Amino acid sequence: MYTNFFYALRREGIPVSITEWMTLMEALSVGLAESSLSGFYYLARAILVKSESHFDQYDLAFQTYFQGMETPEQLLDQVSQWMENPLPPKMFSEEERNELLKKLGLPDWESLKAALEERLRTQDGAHHGGGNWIGTGGTSPFGHSGFHPGGVRIGGESYGQSAVKVATERNYRDYRSDETLGVRQFEVALRKLRQFSTRLDGVKDQLDLEDTIDETCKNAGRLKLVWTRPRKNSVKVIVLMDVGGSMTPYANICSQLFSAVHKSSHFKDLKFYYFHNCLYDLLYLDASNNPKKAVKTEDILRSLNSDYKVIIIGDAAMAPSELMMSDGNIYWGIGNEEPGITWLERVAKKFPYNVWLNPLPEKYWERVHGSQTLKIVRDMFPMFELTLEGLDRAIKKLMVRK
Amino acid sequence: MTDPLFYQGTEDYIVSNDLQNSVNISVALKRPLLIKGEPGTGKTVLAESIARSLGLNLIIWNIKSTTKAQDGLYVYDTVQRLYDSQFGEQNVSNIQQYIKLGKLGEAFESNERVVLLIDEIDKADLEFPNDLLWELDVMNFYIPETGETVSSKHRPIVIITSNAEKELPDAFLRRCIFHYIDFPDQTMMKEIVHVHFPDLENQLLAEALKAFYWLRSITGLQKKPSTSELLDWVQALTIGGIEPDKIAQEIPFLGTLLKKNQDFDLTLRQLHTRGTEAPSRAKRGW
Repeated sequence: MYTNFFYALRREGIPVSITEWMTLMEALSVGLAESSLSGFYYLARAILVKSESHFDQYDLAFQTYFQGMETPEQLLDQVSQWMENPLPPKMFSEEERNELLKKLGLPDWESLKAALEERLRTQDGAHHGGGNWIGTGGTSPFGHSGFHPGGVRIGGESYGQSAVKVATERNYRDYRSDETLGVRQFEVALRKLRQFSTRLDGVKDQLDLEDTIDETCKNAGRLKLVWTRPRKNSVKVIVLMDVGGSMTPYANICSQLFSAVHKSSHFKDLKFYYFHNCLYDLLYLDASNNPKKAVKTEDILRSLNSDYKVIIIGDAAMAPSELMMSDGNIYWGIGNEEPGITWLERVAKKFPYNVWLNPLPEKYWERVHGSQTLKIVRDMFPMFELTLEGLDRAIKKLMVRK
Repeated sequence: MTDPLFYQGTEDYIVSNDLQNSVNISVALKRPLLIKGEPGTGKTVLAESIARSLGLNLIIWNIKSTTKAQDGLYVYDTVQRLYDSQFGEQNVSNIQQYIKLGKLGEAFESNERVVLLIDEIDKADLEFPNDLLWELDVMNFYIPETGETVSSKHRPIVIITSNAEKELPDAFLRRCIFHYIDFPDQTMMKEIVHVHFPDLENQLLAEALKAFYWLRSITGLQKKPSTSELLDWVQALTIGGIEPDKIAQEIPFLGTLLKKNQDFDLTLRQLHTRGTEAPSRAKRGW
């Protein structure tokens, strides 16, 4: 009964398990839904959904299942069919780019979005190499493997590095691989990130052997126990990692660091989140950057204490719009009210112990595509190369308030 | 068999329909009820209300950051036994007398059904909820020291509250019925205040609520004022004999509503800009 509803919920990203589903069946069999749809709504929600942040997704799934409403996902499928059999990536020279930039200008996001919607309505098939329709290898703002100063990349790989929005499958490969080379060195470096708690706070639950012997002797041999507080590492760490797009070439070194951080069991607490190019209102829980598996940045800022140390890993090279504009988020459909820079500032302000690790070698920082944003970010966060030496320096920096 | 226990709220605790439903679902399914919600939405009071409404005793287990799951089951006072053996005053061979049941054990041992409130479970260590999974599932535990098994005579109604300071483990969540208490809207808040101050003037209440919800709509507050703060404030307003029409303009006794310095400054600034604006242009945040 209702099995498809179960899958609808899971499709929306709600982690419903079989156990909970069986509980719901049990509840229905004893008539707790009171034979009404709204009764069922509350019953199923109470049993299946365990966080208020999933309520919205639950509502969506409920609507879809009980009213048969369609989501725009189907539209995306159709567009991705047009994108099959692409033209080879067309490399545009710097002059050509500048010329195009002059000719086409930088569109604003709203009109771009409207234009794409219009194209989606009127386009009937695949178009490649042109300047208007959704297709590949041309100078139309929509599609991939071409160039447009401020277009929407749909599927494919990033070649021109300036698509304002990406509407792709976002199945970036997960970084959770078991790298061994280099991991150990990283681990050793991370071990320095340690700060023992004072013996001033915490529970007295460790037997202080010396004092116990002392006190017992003074007590004429009658046992007197003395307890003390154990010393534990009190370092708490948040790691924010940029994935996908321009970070793809550095996937290897990033996954080494990832493994090292996860093997370091000495932190009191470790939080690991992902982002793409810049921080916005959502942080993702895995490298797929799926908004259904995400937490609100605001919640992180509010719920975590400022004694967490923040390590951000990213190239900080992006289109200026991604950093400075609202709705600059490169992902299609995820608008952001506030520009990325505001979020970066908030993180930097809330967590005074912060560093930025950049996989780009330092010598390229001034010249790379995106150096403008890199500089802005660098002014906000102390930036180090993602190398062993850079990590060492970063960790020293993390131990002192900047 | 239908369960005769049916929760309907109590006169001093206003309960929304879906919360009432959730409670009854959890009672009928014999699953713990996990309650989340903003501080001050009456999570803890709910358990009291359930106990009173169903005519059962309430056992409260307050969780602190140092609480261990074991504390809730039983504590074996080894040190006392050691002392006793040294002084030789008692016969220490009976371990039984050094086993002290915790709150969960107490709830199991009770001769009648009880309501067990595990308050602020998120305060404890991350592993804490997982350590209780088995006991809450089968409602018994084993004491190896005495070879005894303590099992519940009547399955207690378990209410668990969380302030969402920590994420709770999935395995634990799977076994619970979940309810999120929404912040009450103006109509419901009116009822709530009325329960506490039946003689309150309508105009005063209306003005106070207007100011209160305006305050909550300010973006960037670190800690939004909650129901309990509103109740304190209303009391302060009545004791202070404040004119109703001054409330929204000046928000007297702001200190009872806001507890953080930054929030205080922010609100005063907002209050100031709102005051200088023409009333028709007054915005409610943006």
